[in-house]
Amino acid sequence: MSEALLLRDVSFRYGAKQALDGVSFAVPRGRFCALLGPNGAGKSTLFSLLTRLLVTREGDIRVAGHDMARAPRAALAKIGVVFQQPTLDLDMTVARNMAYFAALHGISGRAAQAQIDAALERLEMRERAGEKVRNLNGGHRRRMEIARALVHGPELLLLDEPTVGLDTASRLAITEHVHALAGGGLSVLWCTHLVDEIAPEDDVVVLHKGRVLAQKRASELAGGGTLQDAFMEMTGAGQGA
Amino acid sequence: MIGFLTALVAIVRREAARFVNQRSRFFAALVRPLVWLVIFAAGFRAALGVSIIPPYQTYITYEVYILPGLCGMIQLFNGMQSSLSLVYDQEMGSMRLLLTSPLPRWWLLFCKLMAGVAVSILQVYAFLGIAALYGIQLPWEGYLLVFPALIVTGLMLGALGLLISSTVKQLENFAGVMNFVIFPMFFLSSALYPLWKMAESSELLRDICAWNPFTHAVELIRFSLYVTPNLWALTVVVLCFVVFFGLSLWGYDPARGLMRRKGG
Repeated sequence: MSEALLLRDVSFRYGAKQALDGVSFAVPRGRFCALLGPNGAGKSTLFSLLTRLLVTREGDIRVAGHDMARAPRAALAKIGVVFQQPTLDLDMTVARNMAYFAALHGISGRAAQAQIDAALERLEMRERAGEKVRNLNGGHRRRMEIARALVHGPELLLLDEPTVGLDTASRLAITEHVHALAGGGLSVLWCTHLVDEIAPEDDVVVLHKGRVLAQKRASELAGGGTLQDAFMEMTGAGQGA
Repeated sequence: MIGFLTALVAIVRREAARFVNQRSRFFAALVRPLVWLVIFAAGFRAALGVSIIPPYQTYITYEVYILPGLCGMIQLFNGMQSSLSLVYDQEMGSMRLLLTSPLPRWWLLFCKLMAGVAVSILQVYAFLGIAALYGIQLPWEGYLLVFPALIVTGLMLGALGLLISSTVKQLENFAGVMNFVIFPMFFLSSALYPLWKMAESSELLRDICAWNPFTHAVELIRFSLYVTPNLWALTVVVLCFVVFFGLSLWGYDPARGLMRRKGG
């Protein structure tokens, strides 16, 4: 069984500044993988490479077996994306936002409606389909964005610090929802700098100064102590949640 | 292919719905050319005589002369406004959503252009309707023939806006760009005065106007409104569209352009 996401020796630089240096890791199918790194570790750059907002000639990125450089459209079709910054049209209803996104993936009509309903159902948002996004609270907007990212049936869900700006209850709810999606067979790459969003059985990739420091189960990484302590020891004090 | 059309329809519908919902934007888009038509042109009518020049068959009033230029102005402002919304989308993140669609990037950007063109055509026809009520009527065939002309001119001006949006890093920088693009393009064109009239005051200015792509957009609209072919204007407008759109695609290429400069 191939990996949902595979990176091999991926490097990227902004002019003279090396943002990523030989990054390699894999997200197996059906796993929740946290990409853990302090601010400035290179998470956002990596996220841009995974969504093809940036491209690099150094290294390989494969999504569900599709090479991002040679078959970008096939690779992008397998990815659902939730950006750190909300990307919603506030004056449209939840359903219209979802339909617009489905259309960007070439899905319309009854097929789109069925997939929108199913995605909203998975995130327990179906009863809010007719509401304007402007009237939703932050947590529900985030859940809607996650539901939207599932409309086209991706194999890999990418989330870039999706709990930024949310209160504790909403953070917990979002984290649980996405863990449940991984439990249902979806592969997840969750970018964060907050260790309390990671469960002991999750995979963790620690990214620091553009390099992968470790890829292990969270419980293994924590050793006998806490993940927080292990993370701070690896990346230096003062970082993390 | 169906997927391509689905995306096109969705993007155009979204832009049109946004425009219709923003009533102030709709009225502003109409008021601007109407002020020029009703106030500016009335004042200039006495000062500026317009002789018989193609495509006109007889002497015309100044209001009749500037009507096509004002149609072009609507599209010019609209193209720049679409560009502004693209810069806004880049800052707000919705552009990222668009660009991570598995459809080809050139098609997605073309869809954005077509959405802007659709909105600009709605505005132009509303303006032509009010102008007709005001007494400026055109051959009925002109109202039909100007439709494809407006698509081509709208695409060219929209592509120019797209090109600008690919070079502007922040929303705050946009006002300056507007001043350096919209006003020179509009005033250094045949929108307000025929080129021969411009030549009377300055041959150099006339030459600059003749090189201005907006002049050719205005002339294409003018000739189409009077059911007269103008292949030269059509050729220039199409070529300019190809160049502007090509450069925009380069600007939005993830390997070279926008996102890399913006640091992801």
